[in-house]
Amino acid sequence: MPDIRANRLSREDIDSNFGDLHPPLSRPEALIEADRCYFCYDAPCTTACPTGIDIPAFIQKIRSNNIRGSAHTILRENIMGGMCARVCPTEVLCEEACVRNTHEDKPVEIGLLQRYATDPVLTDGTKLFARGEATGKKVAIVGGGPAGLSCAHRLSMLGHDVVVFNRDAKTGGLNEYGIAAYKTVDDFAQKEVAYILSIGGIEIRNGIALGADVSISQLNDDFDAVFLGLGLADVNSLGIDGEDMAGVENAIDYIAELRQADDKAVLPVGRNVIVIGGGMTAIDVAVQSKRLGAERVDLVYRRGPAEMGASKFEQELAQTNGVSIHHHAQPLQVQGPNHVTGVLFEKTVMDEKGDLCGIGDTFTIPADIVFKAIGQRLKDDVIGEESMQMQRGKIVVDENQATSIGGIWAGGDCVVNGDDLTVSAVQHGKLAAIAIDHHLRA
Amino acid sequence: MADLASTFLGIQSPNPFWLASAPPTDKAYNVNRAFEAGWGGAVWKTLGEDPHIVNVSGPRYSAIYGNDRRVIGFNNIELITDRPLKTNLDEIRQIKRDWPDRAVVVSVMFPMNKETWAKYVPMIEDTGADGLELNFGCPHGMSERGMGAAVGQVPEYLQMATEWAKDAANIPVIVKLTPNIANILPPAKAAKDGGADGVSLINTINSIMRVNYDTLTMYPSTDGMGTHGGYCGEAVKPIALNMVAEIARTAETSDIPISGIGGITDWRDAVDFFALGASNVQICTAAMVYGFKIIDDLTDGLSTFLDDKGMTSVAELVGRAVPSVTDWQHLNLNYVEKAVIDQELCIKCGRCHVVCEDTSHQAITQSVNGERYFEVIDEECVGCNLCVSVCPVDGCISMRHLADGVDPRTGQDIPTEKANWTMHPNNPMRKQP
Repeated sequence: MPDIRANRLSREDIDSNFGDLHPPLSRPEALIEADRCYFCYDAPCTTACPTGIDIPAFIQKIRSNNIRGSAHTILRENIMGGMCARVCPTEVLCEEACVRNTHEDKPVEIGLLQRYATDPVLTDGTKLFARGEATGKKVAIVGGGPAGLSCAHRLSMLGHDVVVFNRDAKTGGLNEYGIAAYKTVDDFAQKEVAYILSIGGIEIRNGIALGADVSISQLNDDFDAVFLGLGLADVNSLGIDGEDMAGVENAIDYIAELRQADDKAVLPVGRNVIVIGGGMTAIDVAVQSKRLGAERVDLVYRRGPAEMGASKFEQELAQTNGVSIHHHAQPLQVQGPNHVTGVLFEKTVMDEKGDLCGIGDTFTIPADIVFKAIGQRLKDDVIGEESMQMQRGKIVVDENQATSIGGIWAGGDCVVNGDDLTVSAVQHGKLAAIAIDHHLRA
Repeated sequence: MADLASTFLGIQSPNPFWLASAPPTDKAYNVNRAFEAGWGGAVWKTLGEDPHIVNVSGPRYSAIYGNDRRVIGFNNIELITDRPLKTNLDEIRQIKRDWPDRAVVVSVMFPMNKETWAKYVPMIEDTGADGLELNFGCPHGMSERGMGAAVGQVPEYLQMATEWAKDAANIPVIVKLTPNIANILPPAKAAKDGGADGVSLINTINSIMRVNYDTLTMYPSTDGMGTHGGYCGEAVKPIALNMVAEIARTAETSDIPISGIGGITDWRDAVDFFALGASNVQICTAAMVYGFKIIDDLTDGLSTFLDDKGMTSVAELVGRAVPSVTDWQHLNLNYVEKAVIDQELCIKCGRCHVVCEDTSHQAITQSVNGERYFEVIDEECVGCNLCVSVCPVDGCISMRHLADGVDPRTGQDIPTEKANWTMHPNNPMRKQP
């Protein structure tokens, strides 16, 4: 009998486990941290930020107690600066570039300062952006995630009317359904969506899926421009025996369920959990399983720590939460027969050509639940346009996010240069909006 | 181990660090704590006539901050002692009895008539105090009543009052000078001419700290109104050092013993004052910011420094840097330096580049071969030291002397002989060689 049940931990433990991973800085903490910024010229942190936030400028404004100005500096480049402050892998972006690393091996806590500057504006709903003079142009956006909302907000600032077609019941995309709960507490994703929409001129149509309810060609006919900001809805499969067995689940589905659960204590969790994959989703499901009370969580990745999609910080977060990370092992078979009882793995090595190969050394890890987190892809046929240029299952775009079809732009996870980061999606949406604006005014 | 024992105007103290006349020396309780902590002496907070003055019962102090709220500059509007004269005299007598090895000097401030000075000076001397310090420096409050800086700003008044004090006193008399003047030399000279045994400087500088950003009124305020106060703390040290050095390097005043005051916070600040001509130093703000315990670093740091320099006493250090202070016109214009950036230490913040680019001589690169890289362009560098001043990494940028050869900036040979403005061809007033 699989040991899967709810309420493995007390409510107090659950509440504490799903509280803020990085509590916000207090005012004294923020001022001390802001004082550490050297106000670099042509700052490396800004160069490292996919949205190009002028980081020294916003930190200086914290120092001078111009918090609203600081928030404006952040949000004018990245309207989701609040979420990015929580979920960006800053240790491989702005904070990795901080010159303090060279000086003392301890970067300025840019992410936490960004949260300090933006939280008051989002909490109070302070209006920092106004809709531009109406152009009478209408733009359709597919996808209500970071790329779509960023594009919508910028288009509204530029005076265009926007309709967002969003598959899910709630707006926000992966910010709402995909990110670990302890990174975005207190319904922050919805607060941010509300702030973005408060600019006006953006109509949200939730529950409308591309392919099923609406087509690209129809949108292209009905609107002056189209932006595709859809997510990767399908999960890659392991391609091994027993994959369809009960107890083998998609990590993203479980994470979404967890994010939507008002009471996380009632969420069933296995005693022994296996996670297969090495990206952020794998870490998120592993850590959250542990925090829900799983006794043993084994994260198995077929390559080494350097190849993992998850940052070093995320890997360490998993380990300090009691997740055992196994490198260089690939799944061979899900063991059952009716419900998963374990997974047979084989040790791997990289050959001279860089290809992965099994070495015949096998071992079994027991499991009540197996989570697959080896990547997602666009839903088959969701694009439905023969002429759309695709590469490895993703949409090809130019430097302005324009697709191969005139009048259609795309960004976020669905494009070739998408990298599974909120901050990159926001930048894509912003760039596309600027390009669409140029196009519509031409 | 260097001997820190100090003698100033014949007044002995175990070290050259005295607490300046100020709130920390207001009463016996504070002075006891200071002496227990190891301070060499104390200049008692200024005494005045009875009936004693009163102070405001609201904010007397405010500060300007550096990083992490480190106090850089400090301002006060406290007046002289607000206790009866007898109370102070009794306490001074007791303190001197309890601490015979420490210097106890009494600061005084009286109206401009000889009788008053003749009446009070002997009463103070009777306590056993080691000396008097004439407060001709406080810029706020008392100056409105014709005392403090109002006297110190008029050399003739200063000399007159000094003479009255000297007439009545048998113990050494120090004149405390105000920096709120155009030139420190006339009041210093007046003190000497009035018979002062020494001078102490600087007192505080006229100042308003800021406004209150909510009410747009002066900050701090007393019931909505504010008044200028006296500015002190680390930020004023350079002003004080200049005035000390001016007195020490000018022939007419160079023989006046100097007690240095102004922003001394650690032992290095004291070294500055000693080397530029002060024989001992007085401290207030640092104690008011950190407490009396700072005396440990002051004495220990100074002692270690003297040992490292092979000096056995502070006296060997006094005035050592004075010969290096001169007028601009005597600087060697043939001397050429260039900044050098140590690439091993550079953290690539780019601050040197942007300040040179924006505000100086465009003499530092921002990239080399497409890489972020900051190096000095000798063809443009005038050796101004701006990059050294702003670099956040200690020792990363230094100045290199070009002793000979061609200066890449001017394309001219660097002359080996010295030449200054007094003989420069562009100087219409030049002295013909």
